[in-house]
Order: sequence, then C-alpha cells, then structure tokens
Amino acid sequence: MPVSFVPTPQELLRFSPEILLSIVATALMLAESMLKPGSRTKLAAAAFLALAGAVALAAMAAGDPGPAFSNLLVVDGFSTFFRILVCLAGMLVVLISANYLRQENHDSGEYYALILYSIAGQCLMAASNELIMLFIGLECSSIASYVLAGYLRDDKRNNEAALKYFLLGSFASAFFLYGVAWLWGATGTTSLSEVRRLILDPSSGASQTMVAAAAGMLLVGLAFKVSAAPFQMWAPDVYQGAPAPVAAFLSVGPKAAAFAMFLRILMTAFAPMRERWEPVLWAVALATMVIGNFAALHQTNVKRLLAYSSIAHAGYVLVALTAMSDTGAAAAMFYLAAYAFMNLGAFAVVTHVAGRGERHVELADLAGLSRRSPAMAAVLSIFLLSLTGVPLTAGFFGKFYIFKAALDADLVWLAVLGLLNSAVAAYYYLRIIVMMYMHEPSAGMPELPAAAAGLRWALAASVAGTFVLGVAPSLVLDYANASAPLLR
Amino acid sequence: MNLLDILLMIPAAGALLTLVLPADNPGLVRKFALFVSLVVFLFSLGLAGPVAGNAGKYTFETNVPWIESPAIRYHVGVDGLSLWLVILSTFLTPICVLVSWRHIEDRVKEFHAFLLFLLFGVIGVFVALDLFLFFVFWEVSLVPMYFLIGIWGHDRRIYAAVKFFLYTMAGSALMLAAMIWIYNRAGTFDLPLLLDMLRTGQLSLTAQEGFWLFLAFFIAFAIKVPLFPLHTWLPDAHGEAPTAGSVMLASVLLKLGTYGLVRISLPLFPEAARANAGWIIALAITGIIYGALVAMVQPNMKRLVAYSSVSHLGFVVLGIFTFTQAGMDGAVYQMLNHGISTGALFILVGLLYERRHSLEIADYGGVGAVAPWLSAMFVITSLASIGLPMLNNFVGEFLVLVGAAQARFLYAVLAGTGVILSAVYMLWLVQRAFYGPAPEPVRSHVTDMNLREWALVTPLIVMMIWMGVGPQSFLPSISSGSRQVLELVLDQPQTEKPAQEVAHAR
Repeated sequence: MPVSFVPTPQELLRFSPEILLSIVATALMLAESMLKPGSRTKLAAAAFLALAGAVALAAMAAGDPGPAFSNLLVVDGFSTFFRILVCLAGMLVVLISANYLRQENHDSGEYYALILYSIAGQCLMAASNELIMLFIGLECSSIASYVLAGYLRDDKRNNEAALKYFLLGSFASAFFLYGVAWLWGATGTTSLSEVRRLILDPSSGASQTMVAAAAGMLLVGLAFKVSAAPFQMWAPDVYQGAPAPVAAFLSVGPKAAAFAMFLRILMTAFAPMRERWEPVLWAVALATMVIGNFAALHQTNVKRLLAYSSIAHAGYVLVALTAMSDTGAAAAMFYLAAYAFMNLGAFAVVTHVAGRGERHVELADLAGLSRRSPAMAAVLSIFLLSLTGVPLTAGFFGKFYIFKAALDADLVWLAVLGLLNSAVAAYYYLRIIVMMYMHEPSAGMPELPAAAAGLRWALAASVAGTFVLGVAPSLVLDYANASAPLLR
Repeated sequence: MNLLDILLMIPAAGALLTLVLPADNPGLVRKFALFVSLVVFLFSLGLAGPVAGNAGKYTFETNVPWIESPAIRYHVGVDGLSLWLVILSTFLTPICVLVSWRHIEDRVKEFHAFLLFLLFGVIGVFVALDLFLFFVFWEVSLVPMYFLIGIWGHDRRIYAAVKFFLYTMAGSALMLAAMIWIYNRAGTFDLPLLLDMLRTGQLSLTAQEGFWLFLAFFIAFAIKVPLFPLHTWLPDAHGEAPTAGSVMLASVLLKLGTYGLVRISLPLFPEAARANAGWIIALAITGIIYGALVAMVQPNMKRLVAYSSVSHLGFVVLGIFTFTQAGMDGAVYQMLNHGISTGALFILVGLLYERRHSLEIADYGGVGAVAPWLSAMFVITSLASIGLPMLNNFVGEFLVLVGAAQARFLYAVLAGTGVILSAVYMLWLVQRAFYGPAPEPVRSHVTDMNLREWALVTPLIVMMIWMGVGPQSFLPSISSGSRQVLELVLDQPQTEKPAQEVAHAR
C-alpha cells in the first residue's frame, strides 16, 4: 500500500473528536483576549460544548471503525470507550472548575484550553496503535497537565506540585521513550501488532533479552503514569498541591488514558510474553494496593487521603491487568468508568467545602458537615461508600468484576489479598463519614455558601452515574466485554 | 410482583419518602415510620399462611434476571426457615420506632430512614435465593446499622461503629471471594440451582476446595453470629448503640449469620460441614460458657446483655452443627426466641436508661419498689432468657440440648452448664438492680411505664409466652424447612420426627 500523507475524509472523520478539541482549545486562547472580563463564563460553556461535541463525534466515529493515518491510530470499541470516558470526565471537571476559578480570581480561557489539549492527548493515547504515536499522545496530555497542576501561579503549593509533577513526569516519559527506542532497536518497528508478530516469530531474530529489557522500561514509564508502586510517590504531593478541580482531573482523565495505553501495550505487543509479565504485575499490583491503602490510613489532609486512595484504586485495576484476559480488560474498563464518577464526585465536594484559597482541606474541617450542609455530606458519603465498594454503587461492581477476573485467571491469592485490602480501605473512607456525621462542627467554621449551579450538575451527574453503574452495570459492562477482545 | 416483592419494596420506598418529609416536624416523621413499619408487619403476616402450608418449598418465588453477565438473578422466595425470621424483623421494627419515640430527638428523619432501610436489607438477606443477591443485601444491611450506632449511640459510639463495620467487611471480603469461586466453577449464583447441580453431580467440589470455600463463608457468618473468638465487636456495638439499634442488632442482624450457616454453608458444603463440625461445636460450647462467665462480671447492663447474646448464640451454632432434627429445629427456634427475649431486655434496659441516664448496674437498686410494673416485665423477660419452662427460650434450648445429646452426650452436659450460668448472671442482675434499697436518684427519677411503653413491651411478653406454651404454631414449618437442609447435609432422607418431643417435654 503506497503511503499517502494526505488523509482521506474517512480518516478525518474517525479522528474528528481530537481535531475538534484542538481547534476549540486554540480558539479559546484567542477568544479570551477579545472577551470582556465579565463574560468569561462563555469560555467554560464553549469548553463544555466542545467536549460534548467530542463525545458525539467519538460515538459517530465508532460506527465506522478502522485504522487511520497509516495505521498509527485506530478506532475500535476499546478506543471509543476511553475517548468517551475521558471526554465525559472532562465535562464534569469543567463544571466543577467554573466556580472555583471565579472564586480564586483566575478565570481564563487558558485553563480550559489546557484541559482540552490534555483530553485530546488522552484520546490519542487511547486510540494509538503505534508506540511513537502513543508517546505523542502521552506528552500532549502530560505537558498540559503539568501546567494545570501549577495553574494558580501565586500559590506556593501549586508551584511545588507542578514542579514535582513535571520533573518526575518527564523522567517517566524519558524511560518510556527509551524503552520504545530499545524496542525499535530490537525489532525494527514501533507498531504494536508488528512487535507482537516478531515476538511470536522465532525466526525474526529479535533478541528476547533486548525485548524484555525494553518491556521493562516501558513498564517503568507506564507504572509512573498510573501511579503504581514503586513509582507512586509523586501522586500524593501533586494531588495535595494542585488546585482541587485539577487534582480531580489528574486522578481520572490521565490515569484512565494511561491505563488504556497500558492495556493496549500489554494485550497486543506483549501478550506473547505473558509468563514474564505476570509475576511482575502481580507484585506491582499487590504493592500498589498495600501502599495506597495503608498510607491512606494516617492522612489528615483530605486531598492527600484521596490521592493515596487513588493509588490503591490503581492497584485494583492492576489486578485486572495481571489477569491478562479479555474479562480482565473489560473489568479494568468498567472500573475506570465507575472510578471516574465516584472520584470526580468526591473531589467536587472537597472543592466546594475547601472554600476560597482552599483553606479547609483538612479532615477536621469536615467535622459536622452533615449539619452545615446535609446534601453535601450525603453525596460525599455515597461516593465514599462507592469507593469502599458497598453494593448498589458503582464501586462494588467494579471491584466485583476485577476480582472475578482475577479468580478466572487463577490468581486466588491476589484476589483474596485484594479483597482484604478493600476491607482496610473501608477504615479511612469511614473516617471521613465519621467526621461528617458523628462529630460536631468545630466553632468558627464559616457558613458554607450554596453550591454553584455547575457544581450541582456535576454532583448530580456523578451520583446518577454511581448508582446507575451500581444497579445496572450491564449498560457499560456489556460494551466493555464486547470491545475488550478487539484489542489485538 | 407478589407479596414478597411488595414487602421488600415498602421499607425501601418508606426510607426514601422519610427523607423528603419536612425536617422541622419530627412528630410526623415518627408517625410515618410507625405507619410504614406496621404496614410491612401486616403484609408479612400474609406470608405466614401460604408458607406454613408448604414450608419445605419456596413460596412467593420471583426469579428474574438482574444482570446478564455474570448471570445474577433477582431470585427471592420464602420457606419455613426464613418465614419466621422475616416476620421477626417486621415485628420488631414498629417496636423499635416506638422505643425511639422520646429517646431519639436529634436528626429524627435520618434515624427513621436508616431504620427502614435496615429492614429492607435484612428482609432481603432472609429471602434472597441467589448468592449474589444475598451478598448485596448482606452489605446493604451493614450501612444503616453503622450509622445508627455511630450517630445516635453512646459515648464510645464511633469506635464501636467502625469496629462493627470493619469486622463485618473483612468477613464479607472472604465470602465474596468464595462466591466468585463458586460462580467460576458453576456459572451461576442461584442457590437452588447450585444445590441441584451438586446433587446431580454437574458440579462437584474437591475436598480441599470444599474446605476453603466452607471456611470463607464460615468466617463471614461466624463474625456476624458472633462465634467465640470472633465476638469482640459485639459488646462494643451493643453497648454503644441506641436502644433501637441494640434491638435490631441483637434480634435480627446476628441472625443473618446463623441463617447464612443454615441456608448456605450446610447445604452447599455438606462434607466440609460434617468434617469440621467438631471444632465448630467446641467453639460454640466455649462461647456458651465464656459468654456467660463474662456476662456475670459486667458492671454495665447493656454489655451484660450483649455477652449473654454470645452465650445464647453459641446454643444456636451448637444446634446447627449437631446435624440432628431436634438440634436444627431448636437452633432455628432459638434464633427467634433470642430475638424476642434479648430484644425485650434491651428495650427494658433502654427504658431504665431514659429515666436514670445510666447503664451501670451499681447506679440502680430497688427499682421494684418505685416501678413495680417495669420490674415485673423485666423479671418475666429475665426468666424467659434464663430458659424457664413455659417461656420461649426453654423450648429452643431444650431442643438444642436434645440434639446435642443425640450427637454426643458430653456436648449436652457442657452446654447445660451455660443454662445454669445464665440463671446466675440474670438473676444477679435482677437482684442488684430491682431489689434492695433504692438510692435517691432512682427514687426521684424512675417512674413506672407509660402507655407507649406498655404498647411496646406487651407484644414482646405475649410472644414470649406464646412461643413458650404453643411452639406448635411455629415448629412444624421450621421443621420442614430444616429437614430439607438436614437431608442435604446428611445425604439421606430424614424421617418425619419434627420436634414432637417438645410436646412431651412440657
């Protein structure tokens, strides 16, 4: 097939979501300078609509699956799932952010543009079928995220978070890229399916050792991005320091996309090396769960606590990856969707309660929240119970499918230890509920203002998502099951 | 949609509706909750006739798919084993609403919503015939109880609530793993279907598999029962919960564990159950004696009653693992008895607490002189709890002891000491709290029962006497339910010999 650098209309349609997001992001930056200072809400609205449009386009593109741009990218059920997921998460983040930025006097188009760029990168990560393309998507997402983490540039905590995120993140990217280079050196290709073919083909002459070393470096980079042990140290500092809506975004969007990438690399290129991956992933998954859960037990800062909790949740998803099966992939997909709703919801409440300048992010500041704002306390409890994994919420089915996949793959001990880990997790989630319901508000806490409309919508959507996935999980799971085998 | 589905729906809907009632009108909330719980109770009585007539089979069955993959079904039904436990739960809920009428003044709306939601959860556990559904209800019942203890409890409520939650959660984690394992082997969570597959040999578990699965379920249930040595959450939870919470916890939630043993552990893993009966019985008997001895030295009334529960529940577990008809019948009957008499004890202790604001036995004395009716009711309940003939506990304990003697005489002898010890701690409590000189605070604060309190104590006393004098109203349906279980465990048909002995025993 002759290589043409002129994309066909079909290819353009398949990648219309990314194109739309990039165009709107650029337009937002330009538009900002033309808008009167009072009408900045239009920017948020534009970003929201762009994301909604991207969801619609991604759904449309799913009707015509196939590769694009010389096989660099591919639209299949798997990529569609993650594209829609990150765009939906982005919509919720925009809703949460609008009021926050106004409150911090930092409302600007730049913020939304960065979010859109980051999401465009994440969509690319989910859809890439080739390592260099993956890297471009990863960097596109990461660089925008670094800036977002330090968005409030006068805030010391923001600066620290951004710097840490940037340094450690670039380090991880470098590892990833180095791994790609090694793999290219060993096999002469960066296409995932080609790599798979060459590994399977003994006559290809690809050195197994070289490939394994490359795989190891890719794993380091990926483990960094999904905050898996032993590369999880950045997450608590970054989540704690970054603005709350950005922390919400970081814990969901980039993480889901990184897992999409992880799954695709694992299930396509390196599927033949299953035996070598399994013990490594087994240990990483267990260590991630244990470190996340046990470190969270002692946290007094809610954002930091949620950061450790998100590490633990990455551990659960890694359990599904360790299974290296289609059910495992589907379970991971379902879990990431469930996690997006409950975690964004939890961060949304934290954003609201934190107040101006994020002064109230200590656990003690939540004392008696059920009296100060019964609705906020109730929805946060729902999200926390879902994170704990109580039935009738999304988190329960998420865990259920993951541990079922693990048992399917005969990972009995990993499943049992994982389940016991989730019992440990109950403790720190309960601590927050205890604070809200069983302690009285401390004196001198300011009156909580009524939640802004955007935040209310975001919370309503998250609660709805948490319950819908908890009562009718088939809605998402059937799709995940159907698209997981398309990975190869 | 049959009666049972409606029965599940009303408390859930009631809980949600309670939340939207105006917050500034606690009276309305209380009346509404009372109304809902009474309606549920009346509906549940409708189950009795049809189920008792056909107690060996599931009546009011509904079986529709809930989730396609993995195959999870909404499969519910009642038989002789679950019938009275359902009615026990619905019977106690209006009483719990009444007992909280004055006691709960803070966040009345949330309290009653949680209470009704708890009812939804426990009815669900008793009627679920799909393992997964069972698990869902099992966990769902955990959350409202956690809040009931944690928000409205006494001083150390937070510690108690968290301990309660974590203990149960750890057990459920194991149970969930075991359920998934079974599903992966059998492709279904449906309990009757699983039993069919086991019988026809479509599903066979190796001895080792059977042991681990049995153990996983057993630990989950034993924590809930609670079986010695997993009982340490119970005195805290009971001691710190508000009266209604203690009542629901002791009378209904503990039964989830013993019910699970009978409904799930025994039929699904008969070999493992038989093989492990020895040490389980040893733990049960240890629990009977240990619970009684510890109860004896408790200075706090609620904790005393809590430890007495450990002792009483030991009888239930003992009865179950004798694998005899009498033992099994006695165990199930004892679940109901314990629900009634311990529930009544917690309520009466609660009434004392409302008056004197203390749970320490040392703060009381001579209550009999100032509140003779209250004392009379307490004495009757204590006697029932001890196991006096003509009152309910006697029947259950007697049957369990008969079963234990059939299995091995030594069991009966050892367990029998528990009965004696129960007389010691209960009567000693009665003596210290109700007789002797009344200290000044008792004289000035303790009044006799008012109309509302009569209304909530009388049904319990009536039931104690009825279940003691007329066990034939309940036992036949229990027997036919437990005979099914026994046939599965012993792998042989059981002869028709339902608790006839009781009639003679009296």
